[in-house]
Amino acid sequence: MILLVVEYSNGKVSKSTLEMTTAARGIGREGPITLLVLGSGVASVAEQAALYADQVLVADKPELAQYDPEVWAAAVAQIAREGEAHTVLIGGSRSGREYSPRVAVKLDAPLIEDAISLSDRSGTLVAAHYTFLSRVTETVEAEGPVCVVTVKPGAFAAAQPAGAAGEQYDAELALPKPRLQVTGKTAEKTERISLTEADLVVSGGRGVDSPEGFKQLVEALADQLGAAVGATRAIVDAGWRPYSEQVGQTGKTVQPKAYIAVGISGAVQHLSGMNKSKFIVAINKDANAPIFKIADYGIVGDVHQIIPAMITELRK
Amino acid sequence: MRILTVVRQVLDAEESVSIQDGSVALDGRKLVMDTMDEYGVEEALRLREARAGAEVIALALGPARSEEALRSALAMGADRAILVETEAALDVIAVSSVVAQVARSEQIDLIFCGGQQADWDSHALGAATAERLEWPQATWTSALSLQDKTLTGKHDVDGGSESFAVTLPAVVTTQQGLNEPRYPTLPNIMKAKKKELRRVPLTDYGVSAKLRIVGVEVQVKERRKNIIDGKDAGAAAAKLVDLLRHDAGVIG
Repeated sequence: MILLVVEYSNGKVSKSTLEMTTAARGIGREGPITLLVLGSGVASVAEQAALYADQVLVADKPELAQYDPEVWAAAVAQIAREGEAHTVLIGGSRSGREYSPRVAVKLDAPLIEDAISLSDRSGTLVAAHYTFLSRVTETVEAEGPVCVVTVKPGAFAAAQPAGAAGEQYDAELALPKPRLQVTGKTAEKTERISLTEADLVVSGGRGVDSPEGFKQLVEALADQLGAAVGATRAIVDAGWRPYSEQVGQTGKTVQPKAYIAVGISGAVQHLSGMNKSKFIVAINKDANAPIFKIADYGIVGDVHQIIPAMITELRK
Repeated sequence: MRILTVVRQVLDAEESVSIQDGSVALDGRKLVMDTMDEYGVEEALRLREARAGAEVIALALGPARSEEALRSALAMGADRAILVETEAALDVIAVSSVVAQVARSEQIDLIFCGGQQADWDSHALGAATAERLEWPQATWTSALSLQDKTLTGKHDVDGGSESFAVTLPAVVTTQQGLNEPRYPTLPNIMKAKKKELRRVPLTDYGVSAKLRIVGVEVQVKERRKNIIDGKDAGAAAAKLVDLLRHDAGVIG
């Protein structure tokens, strides 16, 4: 079977789960697609998941109320072993990429990280993923009775529900105690549309000159367009913007229809977080800025004049 | 207390990538210690400076040239280094077996490695090593402090961050923002040349690759490169908005 670990938040199945379902349906390997729901009070998540798969395994336990890498890895490896899964699909989220290596070691399986394509070639699993800070596409082959794969968010289309709802079963698990004690949590504040799911992103860098400049240019343009707001590492480090808005190697990876870079020069670490955007738009005073090398549209000019003029134009 | 810090020698992020004989060309390019690993070396040194008798060991796995990354770690202040030599491109799950074996034989209490590798883009080494050793892990840390055997800190998780506490032994992955790595001074670079660097062949560890690389391709997405002169801000803005509306069709 193909085992797929359901990602959800606030009681709703995440888009990444539906994307993994598409990946699972397209692999071309035999056996049912089994969705695994881990958590506490997750009956409604399981019900939503059942619309997409042959069967759903539900582990609804108080010990699973909070994610822990060791607990999650133990649960997934156990189910994969008992169900003789040949493929285990895990979301390419921060947590998914954190516990999936443990699952691979437990199963003595190869691990493919952040797959953007996935298929079976006479028993060998073939996958593509990005390497070298998202500048290179590498194709890898994995053999063996079972393989663990994390799936890159946004790489597959979201699946449509299957014809009939799948059967639900309770999963019996022996779980370890978490050893990483969580002593406090800080949630990202998002008043706007989510950065990773937005069709349009307006991002700002040092070229906006100040926190006020960011508000007047980047936030104002984003509000006019209904876009999400992003930032470079330099201005996050400078304390102008929260880390939750950082795009790049150490921040978020985005792939919107259009990415509008305001006063961003285009360091490779930043580009690795946005270079798969459908259209890239750059506004920068330096005509030699690396961002222009990967831009579809751009203006060489002063962002303090260009952005207000764009907002005026959009209001017309 | 012994701290193991894993370092990797990778293509400098500022270098362009091109393909030669089926892999990314490295000959004649600037290679550096993976920046994500520098934060681990720095953090290990800070922990050692805070307690007498601690030892920092740098470990690299790769071809002979990986010695340069180890020399950088030694020049920053690591006490000694181990190079597990191989020309083979080993995947991270295979590498984690070597790191775990070294950690056992060196009686390590704490392992640092970078949160993401600049060549493989992998996040997996820390967690895979922790699993092999049956140790807990803290990934993507942005602050750390150690008291006796209790490591506390802050790390990034889905949708935010958490503060945590964990008892050693443990594996920790590092990232930008954790600290400011020091630059090696000239006297320390000289001293580093005399520090112990032990070479061990990979064959001593009995591991084999779990993944086979069958294709490598540089991403070239053709971009339109329609760049407008912005001397007349109003006209340039109007033209750009028009292009976004009618050429790209991304705004209404």
